[in-house]
Amino acid sequence: MSRTRTSHPRPVSDATTGDPLLEVDGLVIDLPVAGGAIRVVDRVTFDIPPATTVGLIGESGSGKTMTANAMIGLLPNGAATGGELRWRGEDLLRASPARRRRLRGHEIAMIFQDPLAALNPTQAIGRQVGEILRRAGRPRAEVRQRVLELLELAGVPEPATRMRSYPHEFSGGMRQRAMIALALAGSPALLLADEPTTALDVTVQARILSLLRSIQQEQGLAMLLVSHDLRVVAHVAHQVVVMYAGRVAERGPTTAVLARPAHPYTRALVESVPAVRTRTALAHPLPGTPATPANRPPGCAFHPRCPLARDRCRTEEPEPRSVAPGRWAACHFAEELLSR
Amino acid sequence: MSEDVDPGGTLLEVRDLRVTFGRRGAWLGSRADGRGSWFRSRADRRGSWFRSPAERQSGRFVAVDGVSLAVAPDEIVGLVGESGSGKTTVARAVVGLVRPDSGSVLLDGVPLGPVGRRTTAQQRAAQMVFQDPRSSLSPRMTVAAIIDEAWRTHPSSAPPGDRTAALHRLLDDVGLDASVARHRADELSGGQCQRVSIARALAVRPRLLVCDEAVSALDVSVQAQILRLLVDLRERHHLAMLFISHDLGVVHQIADRIAVMRRGVVVEEGLTADVLGSPRHEYTRGLLDAALELSTAGAENST
Repeated sequence: MSRTRTSHPRPVSDATTGDPLLEVDGLVIDLPVAGGAIRVVDRVTFDIPPATTVGLIGESGSGKTMTANAMIGLLPNGAATGGELRWRGEDLLRASPARRRRLRGHEIAMIFQDPLAALNPTQAIGRQVGEILRRAGRPRAEVRQRVLELLELAGVPEPATRMRSYPHEFSGGMRQRAMIALALAGSPALLLADEPTTALDVTVQARILSLLRSIQQEQGLAMLLVSHDLRVVAHVAHQVVVMYAGRVAERGPTTAVLARPAHPYTRALVESVPAVRTRTALAHPLPGTPATPANRPPGCAFHPRCPLARDRCRTEEPEPRSVAPGRWAACHFAEELLSR
Repeated sequence: MSEDVDPGGTLLEVRDLRVTFGRRGAWLGSRADGRGSWFRSRADRRGSWFRSPAERQSGRFVAVDGVSLAVAPDEIVGLVGESGSGKTTVARAVVGLVRPDSGSVLLDGVPLGPVGRRTTAQQRAAQMVFQDPRSSLSPRMTVAAIIDEAWRTHPSSAPPGDRTAALHRLLDDVGLDASVARHRADELSGGQCQRVSIARALAVRPRLLVCDEAVSALDVSVQAQILRLLVDLRERHHLAMLFISHDLGVVHQIADRIAVMRRGVVVEEGLTADVLGSPRHEYTRGLLDAALELSTAGAENST
C-alpha cells in the first residue's frame, strides 16, 4: 500500500534490477558443545530476490531456524559462522554490531512462532508497534497515526480501541496480527517469518497466511517463510528451499519442486501430505528418524532413509548442483528422479 | 448415533456428556470499562467471543455441552475441531481423568465412574496416548521401567514368566529395537518416545486407544510412521480408537467415522468420506475451506 511507503521510501531499483536482496552464500554455523562444536548449518546457499517469498522447509534439527536467525543476528552465544550473508552486497556476518542494529527492524524484521512470548506483556499493543517510530524521533501524532494504519493493515479490527489492549487480551490470531504490524513498523524490505502460523487453528492460519501474502504483494516485500509444514510453504512461497540435516537438499520454484521433486527427501515430504477432501492412502513412511547435525551419517546424510540409496550415496556426499533451469538438488540421482 | 448402532456392536458409548470447569482466575474479574477480562480471553481461546447462556448464568466454563458418540470394536473414530472445542475434555472423560457434570461414559453398556472407581478391567480397557511424547514419559526412567510400571499397576495384564522376552515382543510390536529398553526417555527421538508411549498403552492390552493429537508434535516424515503403526496395531490387536486431531487430512486417512466438535457440541458426524467429502454443517465447510491442500497450491501461487 502506498501510504506505508510514504514515511520510508524504499529504493525502487531493487525490484527493477532483479539483484537479490539477500544472498546466502555457503553459510556455515557451528554451535559449541562440550568438547567441540556441531555444524548445525553447513554450506547453505540460496538467494532471496526482492518482492519474493522464499519458503525454508525442514524438520526439527534441519537448521532452518538457525539460518533465519543468522540473518537477523539472533545466533546463540559462542556460535561461529562462516561463508557470507550478503545484504544488498554487504556481508552481514562481518558487519559491526551497530550496523546490524541499524538494519534490524528497519531493513530486516522478524515475526516469531509464539507472539505471546515475543510481545511484551506489560505494554499496550500500540506502544509496542510504535516503539521503532518513537525511537526514530517521530512526533507523537505521527506515530499514533502510523500505528493505526499498521494495525489496520494487519487486519486488527477497531485499531483505535485495540491499540490500548495488552497482549493477553488478544486471541492467538490477533497477537500474530499485532506482531506483523510491529514488524512492518520499520518498513523493512525483508520480513522473516519463523513458523508464523504453527500455533494457530486452521481457520486462523488461513487468514494469517492470506494476510502475509497480500502484504507481501502490496508492499513489494521480500519474505522468508520458515516452516515444517509443506502446505503452508506451498501456498505462500514462490521459491522453496528444502533443508535436511543442516544442508540444502533441494531448491527451486515452489510449483516445479512440488510437482516434480528432484530429491527423494522432497518427494517423501510431498507424499506424506494427506489431502483433506479426499481420502489419501497412508504414505509409505520413510524409515528411521531425521538425521541431525550431531549424528550425521557419512556420505549423503539422507542415505539411511532413502529408497534410492546406492553404494555411492554411502560414501560420497552430493553437492547441490543445477539439475534444471532455476533448480538445484543435492542428490546423485536427481536427473533420474526428474525424468520419471 | 447411539440409535443407529447395534448396542451389541458398541464398545464405548459417550451419552449426553457435559463437563464444566470452575471459575479459575475469577479474582481478575472483569474490567470496569468492560474491555477485556480473563473470561474474555478464555472465551476467545475457544475461537470466538461467544459465551453460552448457561455459561453466563452459572459463571462456569462449559467445555463439553451434551456430547454423544459411540465407538465400535475395531473402529477408528476421529474427533476434530479447533482448539477449545472440547475434544480433549471428551478424551479425558473417556479415560476418567475429568468428572462429567452429567451424562455418562459406558463401556460394553456399563457406566464408568472416574478412574479411581473403575475396576481394573475397566481401567485397562481404555488407554491414552498423549500429544507430547516427551512430557508424557518420565525422563529419568528407562523404557524397560516405564513398561514394567504399567505391568505393576495392572498385575493382571503382566505377562507370566519371562518379562524380558515379553518386553522385547512389545517393543518389536511398536517397531522399536530391543536395545531401546535400556535407554531413558530423554535419550530417544520424538518418534521413538511416541512409540514407547504406545507400547506403554498396549502393555496392559487395552481394547480402546484414546489418541489425543498423538502425531501432531512429530516431524512430518515421522508422523507417517506413527500413523502406519496405529493402523497396523488396530488390525493386529483388534483395537478401537478415538483419534483426536486438528488435522483433517490425517483424520481422513485413518478414521472410519468422524465427529466434528465446535464449542463443546458435536455439530456433524458420520462416515469420514461423507462428512469430509460433502459436509452438511456450515462449520465443517468452514474448516475444510481453511484447510490447505497441497494439490491446489500451485494455482494460487501463479496468481
